[in-house]
Formats: sequence, C-alpha cells, structure tokens
Amino acid sequence: MSQTKPYRVSHLDALEAESIFIMREVMAEFERPALLFSGGKDSIVMLRLAEKAFAPGRIPFPVMHVDTGHNFPEVLEYRDRRVATLGLNLVIASVQEAIDTGLVRELPDGTRNRIQTPVLLAAQEKYRFDALFGGARRDEEKARAKERMFSFRDEFGQWDPKNQRPELWSLYNGRHHPGESIRVFPLSNWTELDVWHYIAKEQIPLPSIYYAHDREVVERNGMFYAVNEFIRLRDGETSEVRRVRYRTVGDASQTAAVLSEADTVEKVIDEVAATRITERGATRGDDRVSEAAMEDRKREGYF
Amino acid sequence: MSQAVLEPEAAAGRGMDLLRFATAGSVDDGKSTLIGRLLYDTKTIFEDQLEAVESASASRGDEYTNLALLTDGLRAEREQGITIDVAYRYFATPRRKFIIADTPGHIQYTRNMVTGASTADLALILVDARKGLVEQSRRHAFLTTLLRVPHLVLCVNKMDLVDWDKEVYDRIADEFTSFAAKLDAPDLTIIPISALNGDNIASRSDKSPWYEGPSLLHHLEHVHIASDRNLVDVRFPVQYVIRPQSTTVTDYRGYAGQVASGILKPGDEVLALPSGLTSKIASIDTADGPVEEAFPPMSVTVRLTDEIDISRGDMICRPNNAPAVAQDIEAMICWMDESAPLRVGGKYTIKHTTRTARTVVRGVQYRLDVNTLHRDESAGELALNEIGRIKLRTTVPLLADEYRRNRTTGGFILIDEGTNRTVGAGMIIEAR
Repeated sequence: MSQTKPYRVSHLDALEAESIFIMREVMAEFERPALLFSGGKDSIVMLRLAEKAFAPGRIPFPVMHVDTGHNFPEVLEYRDRRVATLGLNLVIASVQEAIDTGLVRELPDGTRNRIQTPVLLAAQEKYRFDALFGGARRDEEKARAKERMFSFRDEFGQWDPKNQRPELWSLYNGRHHPGESIRVFPLSNWTELDVWHYIAKEQIPLPSIYYAHDREVVERNGMFYAVNEFIRLRDGETSEVRRVRYRTVGDASQTAAVLSEADTVEKVIDEVAATRITERGATRGDDRVSEAAMEDRKREGYF
Repeated sequence: MSQAVLEPEAAAGRGMDLLRFATAGSVDDGKSTLIGRLLYDTKTIFEDQLEAVESASASRGDEYTNLALLTDGLRAEREQGITIDVAYRYFATPRRKFIIADTPGHIQYTRNMVTGASTADLALILVDARKGLVEQSRRHAFLTTLLRVPHLVLCVNKMDLVDWDKEVYDRIADEFTSFAAKLDAPDLTIIPISALNGDNIASRSDKSPWYEGPSLLHHLEHVHIASDRNLVDVRFPVQYVIRPQSTTVTDYRGYAGQVASGILKPGDEVLALPSGLTSKIASIDTADGPVEEAFPPMSVTVRLTDEIDISRGDMICRPNNAPAVAQDIEAMICWMDESAPLRVGGKYTIKHTTRTARTVVRGVQYRLDVNTLHRDESAGELALNEIGRIKLRTTVPLLADEYRRNRTTGGFILIDEGTNRTVGAGMIIEAR
C-alpha cells in the first residue's frame, strides 16, 4: 500500500459526515423527532442525509410540512411523490385550517410567512415533537449565523439569542424539560453552493421550479413574482413571460424568481457561483421588512 | 451526469478540503474589519448585503461603511456596537473552503473563545500594532494552546498606523514568540497586515518589502492540516445501533458512528469497551455501499463478525491500543455558567463522546489566572469564565484519552441537572 495515502475527505464529504452524525445523535437522544419538509432544496437534501444516516433501515421519523396554502403546485406534487417513495409518514400543519378555526388571523397584506409560526408550534404540541430538524443554514442570513446546531426553544418555541448553549466539539446538549424542545439544523455549515454541489453529486431530483422555465411574472420592487392566484396584478402593473428559476421555495405570495437560463444542475451551479446577490435578498420579500426581520421571527418560534 | 466546464469558484465545490479557524482579538483591534476584508476579497460579500450595511452605516451616522455591521447580526450587538456571541461565517477559494468561528474578544466571553477554538484547526489572533501585546493577546494564545488548536497565526494589524515600521513589528513578534514558547504553542505564523487597506491579506503588499512570509489568505490556503488528525489510535464511539425492522432487510445489526481517530478496515481485530469482548470487522457500510477503510471524520456503520452486545456509548478500538476505562478523571475545565459557580461536591451530567453519565466534583486543585498563568491553589470554586484543574468521579466509566492526544475522546461537557444548561467544557489530563 502507498505510504503517502492522504486520508483526506473533500469538504462536501466532511459536511455530509457531520450532518449524518447530528441526525443520528437526535435519533439516539430524543423521544419524538420530526423533520420539517417544505419541498424546498434544503429540506430535500436533509431527506437524502436522513436516508444515508439510517441505511439500510428506513428514515425513522415523520416529516412535517407547515403548509401556508400558498404553494407552487409543482412543489406539492414533488412533496407527495417523495414522501410516497420513501414510505414516510407526512404530517401537514395547515395555515388555512388555522385561519378557518381562528387560531391565526390572515394579515392585511395576505402573506402567510409570519403566521406560519403559531401553526408550527400548535402542530408540534399536538404531536409532542421534542426535536424538529430544519434546513436553515448559517450563510443565509446574519441572525442565522449565530444559530446553534442544537437550538434550544422554550415552551413557547422562542429562541433567545443571548441565552444560547455553548456548543463545543461535537458534544450537543439536547436536554430539555417537557414542553421545551430543540430545533436541529444539520445543514448549519453548508452554503447555498454546497447544497447545489451536493444535489449534483447525489443526482437528487428537485421540483421543476428550481430550473429555468418560462413563466408569467410581474416585476415588483425589482423582483419577479409569478402571476397566480396569490399574486395579482395591481393597477398600472403589467405581466410578461420571462425565463426564470427559483432560488428558494416559500410562501408563493412572497417568493420571487430570478431571471435565469440555467436549466440543468451544472448551469445552476455556475450561476450560483457567479451571483452577486444573496439567495434571500434576491427572492424573499419578507426579509426586507427590517434589518432584524429574521431575528424577530425566530424569537417568536420561526425556524 | 454531463461534464460541464465550471468556473474556478464553481469547480472549487468539489475536491477541496475544509479548514475551520477561530478568530480572536481585543475590542477595536479590527477583527470585524479583517473578517469583512477576507469575505470581500474572496467575493463572499454580496451586493444586497453591502447595500444593507451601507444604508445601516449611514442611518447610524457612521463616517465610513462599517464592515462590522456585516458580522454583528443581532439587535443587541448593533445597539451596543460589540460582538456578543460566536457567529459562524463561510468563504471559499479555489483551494479550500473555510469556516470561521468569529468569537468576541471581551474577557467576559472567554467561554465563547473556548467554544470557537474547540473545533478549530487554526486560531487567528489579532493585535493592534500601536498597542502591542496586551493581556488579551496572551489570554487568547493561552486558550488556543489549552484547546490544542494545531496552528496559530498572529496578525499584527494596523501596520499603516505605525508607518509599516519593521522595528515595531519585530518587537511584537519577538515578544509573542517568547510568550508562545512557554505555552507549548503549536505551529506559529506571524503576519503584518492592514485589514482596513487590505495589505498582506489576499496578496503580499509592497508596503512591507522587509516581510518575506505569505499573505494571510495564502497561509490559510496552504497550511498543512492533513497530519493534524490522529490516524494511529482507533477510536469509534458507537452512536446508534442500526437494526432495520423490515421484511426486505433481515438480520442486519450495524454500529453507526463517526470515526474519532485511527483507521478502520474490514478484517481488523477489534475490542469493544467497556465489555472487553473482541471480534473482527465484517464490513464498514455506508449508504453508498461498503468501504475499504474508514478514518476521521467519516460517518459509517461498522458490522462485526460476532454477535456481541454493544450499544450507544460503547467504544470500538484495537485490542492493544485502548483508551482508559475510568471513573476518576482529572481535567482542565472552563466554567461557563453565569448563575452558579463550580463547587466541590457539585453533581452534574457529563457528556463525553456518545456516553452520558452523572458526575461529582471531588476537588478543585487550582484556579488558573488566564492572564498571568498564576495557579491559585486556595481556590475552592470556579466562577463564570474561570479555568482550573479539577477532579471528577463518574457514576459509570468513561472511555477516555488524554485531551492532548485526542481532542474527541479527551473532551467533555458538563450539564446542569436542574437547568439543563451546558455549564462546563473539560479537557482530560488523566483518567484512571
């Protein structure tokens, strides 16, 4: 055998190994974990990591979709297909249902990102989930850069950025009292580009909206929103058909597309590597509300 | 998959390795500026982030674009103009991908420095050339060596404000080198920089013709980390037992975990602790199929040729190279709890590798003054951010190594049984 064998792993393999370690820790130490699955690329990557962590067994926890009711149909279709293929138990926490029963009130602007939080917390309580995997990454946003892998939440699901548990080595502290819970972010150390490289390496299928396609859009505040039942033309606005793709998938009333010709994963990687705008800056209306919009939402229990 | 021609940044996504580094520096040494500069020079700052920082700077009345706003993400940090917590940031060059643990410099945040250093391959300490070494520089160097961070970089910043005076630089470099020698400091590199102007950051500056070393980024890209890992002592803490209950997969029993150190191969004789039973590795499995070898930091599943009872918290090693099986532990500890000090007689939960137990503090041997390295042997307790040497007794044996030999099997945390908070970070000196 060669004496100079390097015994090194690529950064992508190192990230994968770390994420798998975290998923196994949660499974070993919690009673009732669940994985937040939106049909977006980050949660899709998490499902792949979960498959790998417990192979040849099946993924040993349910997935939960906090459904705003404002969905891209391609994403719902993908969600159901993926869940069926993997034989997973899917829990749907419906924002529409919560509006109908009076748990939350529709906001005047009709957006539903913010009112997801009480719906998420109610579902967590109902199913007594004590750990929820989320696909959040620290590179997304500056409040998330401060987030722990194991993020302690009190009985109201609140995050207190000034009162976080130190995280040393790979020793994660998941201890909590009844009612409290831990949000777990196995992709914390991944960047948008890492996620795309991993999707390419693993050949993971994605909902079609992630790749360039022609769509009727309206330009609003410099962003391109799909015209559909959630986004209607306002006075003076005109729609046009443009070639676009989505960098994130969220509430369809707030998530914008970017102009793109990238119709394959390799082309998307080229575009992501060259882009000068962050993923959230380019596509999320909700993060533009204030400088600390994400921190404020997380304090309320957002993931 | 089709072979696309990738741009350097894009191609960089595959095959690169990963370097984790922690930054430390006192307040106003320019740490945020340096990080901002590294991100800027590697094209990691995006236009919308820069615009947000520019408009935030303007609305605060700052005279220049305050790059610190890029890294100080929390409301309280922006209000107070200081960094209060560890933040993690990311950038990449075509050679390497980097994770920065950006840790605050205040003494009251020693625990954050310890947190950031625990996983770091390299620590970067910043000093202000006008002020030279201050107490905090020494403290940061000490914490770096305590945590056994393999590589240390001292950046002498604000060289522009001392007219790039070589003598100023030499004096600081000499002083730091002799201090580091006392600490058994690892590989040390010293670089004169101006973070504000970008001198010696991404490339060598013509302002310092007398300096013959690498630029900071060049050093970060090339520092040799492959041999930092322990590939000698096989340590595989069992994390989770995989036993599918399924009609398609029957009789599968695998031990899942992340290799802490050493190299495992099918056919190797292994010893399972604490049972003391031996067996052979039948296969090393991953979801992508079996592998011929497993080494750190791979997450794999090990199957053995014999049915022996192994569960989470156990350790797989080699028969003639095993960790201590020990209930009496001597360790250095950094205390992290603001509400109560560590006291003799105090009982805690201890988490060490994948094993969790209860423990009682049998003694505080000394408290260390992290600035002077003076040992106070009369100390009976350790308060927030204090470091000392203690004795512990655990309810069940730990499968432990000295921290200086193995950062994974030598490190542990203490958890308060009432509040569930992580209250201590420990490094094992002796286990028996």
